Amino acid sequence: MSAIPGIKFAETLLNLDHVCKGYGSNPKQRLAVKDVCLTLKAGEFVSLLGPSGCGKSTLLRIVTGLNTATSGTVQYRGETLNGVNPYATIVFQTFALYPWLTVEENVEIALKARGVPSSIRQEKARKLIDTIGLDGFESAYPRELSGGMRQKVGFARALAVEPELLCLDEPFSALDVLSAESLRGELMELWLSKSIPTQAILMVTHNIEEAVLMADRIVVMGKDPGRIVSEIQVSLRHPRHRKDVSFQNLVDSVYAAVAGQTRPETESLGTAPGQPGATRRLPRALLNQLAGLVEKLSDEGGRADLYRIGGELSLELDDLLPIVEAGVLLGFLSVQEGDLLLALLGQTYAEASILARKEMLAGRVLRMPVIAWIYESLRRDENHRLAWEYFLNKLQADFENRAEDQLDIAISWGRHAELFAYDDDTGELYLE
Amino acid sequence: MKRFYYKPAFPPKPAFTIGDGMILLGLAAILYGGVRLAFDAPSVVSGPEISLSPGALPWYALLSVGRMAIAYFLSLLFSLFYGYAAARNPAARKILMPVLDVLQSVPILSFLPVVLLSLSAIFPEHFATELSAIVLIFTSQAWNITFSFYQSITTIPTELREASAIFRFSAWLRFKELELPFSAIGLIWNSMMSWSGGWFFLMAAEIFHVGSHDFRLPGLGSYLKTAADQGNLIAVLAGTGVLILVVVLLDQFIWRPLLAWADKFKIEMVEGDDAPSSWFLDILSRSWLMDFFQRRMDLLNEWLELSFQGNNAVRITPGESPGKRPAWHIALTTIALITVIYGCFMAISLMATLALKDWVELGVGLLATLARVFASLVIAMLWTIPVGVAIGTNRRLASLLQPLVQVVAAIPATALFPMLLLVLLRVYGGLNIAAVALMLMGTQWYLLFNVIAGAAAIPQDLRFTTDLLGLSALDRWRTLIIPGIFPYIITGSITASGGAWNASIVAEYVEFGGKTYATTGIGATIARATDTGNYALLLAGTLILVISVILINRLFWQRLYRLAEERYRME
Repeated sequence: MSAIPGIKFAETLLNLDHVCKGYGSNPKQRLAVKDVCLTLKAGEFVSLLGPSGCGKSTLLRIVTGLNTATSGTVQYRGETLNGVNPYATIVFQTFALYPWLTVEENVEIALKARGVPSSIRQEKARKLIDTIGLDGFESAYPRELSGGMRQKVGFARALAVEPELLCLDEPFSALDVLSAESLRGELMELWLSKSIPTQAILMVTHNIEEAVLMADRIVVMGKDPGRIVSEIQVSLRHPRHRKDVSFQNLVDSVYAAVAGQTRPETESLGTAPGQPGATRRLPRALLNQLAGLVEKLSDEGGRADLYRIGGELSLELDDLLPIVEAGVLLGFLSVQEGDLLLALLGQTYAEASILARKEMLAGRVLRMPVIAWIYESLRRDENHRLAWEYFLNKLQADFENRAEDQLDIAISWGRHAELFAYDDDTGELYLE
Repeated sequence: MKRFYYKPAFPPKPAFTIGDGMILLGLAAILYGGVRLAFDAPSVVSGPEISLSPGALPWYALLSVGRMAIAYFLSLLFSLFYGYAAARNPAARKILMPVLDVLQSVPILSFLPVVLLSLSAIFPEHFATELSAIVLIFTSQAWNITFSFYQSITTIPTELREASAIFRFSAWLRFKELELPFSAIGLIWNSMMSWSGGWFFLMAAEIFHVGSHDFRLPGLGSYLKTAADQGNLIAVLAGTGVLILVVVLLDQFIWRPLLAWADKFKIEMVEGDDAPSSWFLDILSRSWLMDFFQRRMDLLNEWLELSFQGNNAVRITPGESPGKRPAWHIALTTIALITVIYGCFMAISLMATLALKDWVELGVGLLATLARVFASLVIAMLWTIPVGVAIGTNRRLASLLQPLVQVVAAIPATALFPMLLLVLLRVYGGLNIAAVALMLMGTQWYLLFNVIAGAAAIPQDLRFTTDLLGLSALDRWRTLIIPGIFPYIITGSITASGGAWNASIVAEYVEFGGKTYATTGIGATIARATDTGNYALLLAGTLILVISVILINRLFWQRLYRLAEERYRME
């Protein structure tokens, strides 16, 4: 817990109790968020961390009342939330500024919506713009500003209504590295010096270092379904330094917590579409990326730090994890305490000739129920040809609006393993 | 160059659905209602006296513009409500959007006789013709504005929408600060499209005259018609001049300033290099008087916003449709269904009175008109494709020709039709040629503008590559230019053929110099049925025309459009 003077500690602001959020209807309902219990106290800066698709943004929207939970309760200051949370505001990843309003108007509009009369509005907006260091830009339009300056306006607008709970939805991820770093510093200064009336901050991010740098507590989320997998207290003193050994150690352990969760809840591959039971979702990765990763690992002697290898391949966590997941699913890789291990199969693959690789890949890929099902359906068909829509319709029962995405991945894998091909002209899949 | 590119909004899968069938049945019932009313229409309608004195021209111009303006404001109002309802209410959307989709592909002008006859049965003659013109222009203007508004509302980025919810905007503030600004550019472009389309229909409505039914209205259209009728060349020139002047003035004093002003509503976060500009807006924004009004407006605005802001319980998700339908909902649907079924039954029994030869005449007429529509389309393609590609790929040529083409294209073809008749009626088969010519004049510009836009959109590096390969002219067209402009040709053709079908109503049956001329065609049959009071024939003709055009649209054009979108779109 950070030491901030003047705040009544441990006063519970937000309380989530067994919150679930599902999409679709009953038999094949997909849970975006499952059984989340979370408390947020005054004076806390909490970070929600996890890979994309783990429901962290959905959770943030439930907290702010932009979205409603399917079950469970959301309480703010002891009262059940109904509609938009009047104590909270959001700073958005894409800034969400109104392009047709000037900087000042963008800040003022938040006050206008609260019924603040024009004279007070103007004064307050000017003061805030001054605070965030944008004076001189009051009458500029957002498109005239750089990304970092736009997000400053986003912060000014959110702070204008003096929110008790400030929600941040990956606010720095659309910025360049330098702007992001300086804006982080400025926010921490405002927050730690207590010059804003905000009592608590809830930040969604997929950037581990960012979470360790800023938060008092990191809530790690996993996916399929989105759920909380661990909570990590960050007791490092501010200002924190990325180069410190204690900082690095903490980053490593958070990394292990996140990467450990690429494994689904159950190890099973699931069932084929149309059969009872859930169908395993294919990770959004290309097989040639996996081949690249396997070769890299082989060069490294079969074992490497996940965090480091991501940096060396200049892959974001969100891009690296699906590739790792694909490797684990196909049996080429395994993950152990933040390290990536090359399995025997992966070692063989890395040393094999191109032709042998194709064969290995075909065999492994066919273990995936979705791919096997497509392959079998095509084989059973008289002409070995079936329309794309045929597969899409069946996949929709399991994946709903992600069905198209899943089919695209399946086609890409099937093509890569030379199991089946896709004719773009006729929109059909066929056996080669 | 982008300004001319008009993209029709189509559903993802072109097919004729049960829903479309239901809507057509509804249309048939409404048409029957109109025809039933028309039974009581006066058998003789005497038109207005048209003065050819140049002094009358300003007054006529004012009348024409007035009709357009009234119809336009009705369209805009309609669009805002209809589009809003469809965008925010998922239950309403299921009905509203298919209806809109059918309505926008119906040849509107084919309704003119039924509307005129039915309204003149209820209202005094003069008022009825005025009202019909406005109704007609409204139906030609409303759909694309509505579509544009609907599309804008539904494509507002989620985070902007969420921001307005989290800051608890009232419905009014959200409309004024988010939804209206976001849709402003689309609304203005489509309003411009609607106005230029509206002129075509206004002129047609002002000169509509079949036999003893003189439905003409005092205005620029009837002035031009009378002038051509009497062979008064000076009056023809004066009338055309005033018409062009009006179009240019509207462009310079209304549309250009609006466009330049609306540039700030574009959503792109990068500075564009060719922002539209308007000298008139520049003058206005520097004027002291405008400033004065602006301050007054701001006060009113502030008061409005603060009073609407009282209700803070804003929900972001559009209202979930309740699981159970209320009783009145079911009752209303039942009544509507019964009315439609009754209307269709009566329509069929009315049409059952037609003899076989009437049906043969309708069939032959439909084929003849179809042949004309395609002839006009082919002729238009023959000249617009080479010329459009030349203009589109050559910046110097484009800047030279563009203003000229714009002015010529702005003249509604129906306004020039009487002059065409003056020349062509003396030739053998004159009306036949004149009809094709009218269709051509009304449609070629859509094609030309689309081809120009398409040719300009072919990426520079592809053109360079083709140059480097040293392909022959023929191969160059086959591998680069034709595939590149194909989607644009299709979009242009869809709009163009729609216009051509409309033209058939006024072009195939004309009163000129006191005589009646007719050629074979479904438009001629509809016009003749209007004159002779053969309501069964009128109903059958209108229905056949409407259904055929919708079928051709669905089964032919939309398939081509989808092919073009999927295969040849350069993105």
